Amino acid sequence: MDDSITLKGIKQGLLVTVKPDGRWTELSSRLMTLIDSQSSFFRGAQVTLSLGERELRRHELANLQTALAKRDVTLLAVLSNSAMTQASTRKLGLETQLEALAHLEGKGLEPVQSLRPPPIDPEEHGTTGVLVKRTLRNGRTVHSHGHVVVVGDVNAGAMIVADGDIIVWGHLRGTVHAGANGDEGAVVCALHLAPTQLRIAGYITISPDERRRKPRPEMALVRNGRIEAESWEL
Amino acid sequence: MGARVITITSGKGGVGKTTATANLAVSLATLNKKVVCVDADIGLRNLDVVMGLENRIVYDLVDVVEGRCKLRQAMVKDKRVPDLYLLPAAQTRDKTAVSPQDMVALTDQLREDYDLILIDSPAGIEWGFRNALAPADEVIVITNPEVSAVRDADRIIGLIEAEERRIPVSLMINRVKPEMVRRGDMLSVNDVMEILSIRLLGVVPEDQEILISSNKGTPLTLEDHKTPAGEAFLNIARRVTGENVPLISLDQKGGVLRRLARMFGSSDST
Repeated sequence: MDDSITLKGIKQGLLVTVKPDGRWTELSSRLMTLIDSQSSFFRGAQVTLSLGERELRRHELANLQTALAKRDVTLLAVLSNSAMTQASTRKLGLETQLEALAHLEGKGLEPVQSLRPPPIDPEEHGTTGVLVKRTLRNGRTVHSHGHVVVVGDVNAGAMIVADGDIIVWGHLRGTVHAGANGDEGAVVCALHLAPTQLRIAGYITISPDERRRKPRPEMALVRNGRIEAESWEL
Repeated sequence: MGARVITITSGKGGVGKTTATANLAVSLATLNKKVVCVDADIGLRNLDVVMGLENRIVYDLVDVVEGRCKLRQAMVKDKRVPDLYLLPAAQTRDKTAVSPQDMVALTDQLREDYDLILIDSPAGIEWGFRNALAPADEVIVITNPEVSAVRDADRIIGLIEAEERRIPVSLMINRVKPEMVRRGDMLSVNDVMEILSIRLLGVVPEDQEILISSNKGTPLTLEDHKTPAGEAFLNIARRVTGENVPLISLDQKGGVLRRLARMFGSSDST
């Protein structure tokens, strides 16, 4: 195989890079041949396509998507520097950037932006997440498709939305939504759990009126069809 | 570099920015600093009124920016103290008449000749706040011990912290009523600090004299008699100049407020 098509495993599945030069019809059929030759490997795969400068029209992308779907391969996102390709991608309702990065850009959260696929212990599977090492003040919002860990306070007026868990090493006074994509198993933990509003998946609750109780670490989770808080300890 | 530029801001309106700016400026001038106050609240100027200099304004900040006069011509000298000047805001225009770059250029011109430049920021987080923040070397955020004011202070601090250049921020808690705090009806200094967690520059007690002096156009610190709030402003001014005026300890509960009350009540040192 030549190097016009390369494969790489990423957190979101497979990253398929197709060189920006050469005829698209030829390259796309070469990609299909490649998939067919290793169909068991590709079956059920989630693919992100990286196209560089290549300009693709909507129907070209749609054809590719159909061809991939026939092979039980899902097209997740198309990364491209070309405005036309990006527009085509959006018209098909696909992501134009890798999710975990796209939603966190331009929020002034430096630690977040430098979040790349973490080269942790290769034995460890690893999950996506965001570490915020400062207090989230009023008006600040953090979105993540993974977990969110805050080392600092989350003040009233700040908001965290995560598909995974939310852990706050400090006072949690703002609004948080864990398991935002519907995961009822998500939890919210804080050294002092006093959120304005706490949501897990489709459940919503507010903090009970507890004036001046000594703060203690708590974990909120969904149990018996409602959100409950329990002491968070070993 | 010359003068330090200190912007006084709050997010929420009505917490006492302008009064604090005026009193701080006068206090600093009585400490023999060369001070200039810049009113950045274009369209809703007030600082001149509180300082009692309204009737002496000829040109204003927008005139300077648009080249209708020299900077020196727009400066109003306060004759009651050695070296205090006011650069008034325009009343007839709005905030967009001045850009953040204009403010930087303007303060750079002033830096040579003064020790301190105080900028009175308008309320809000939009254009006017951006103008006031742009030239700041330091920021003093003012809040009141009430939930909505603390919220807005938190927002403002967040915005300042998000700036690329690191700007030191400190907090002034204004209009504290020790009596109410003691009864548990008002947020305590501790409560506010727990949420905002930045350097505390000083606490100013609620004082009826403030309103009287603002209406008269005589900043409290210029009055002959000593007042609790006036003393507090003077202490804050001392801290601004780098003098080590101890704050009342905040690490103890209960007793602190009582002591606070006692200290505000007595006139020797707050």
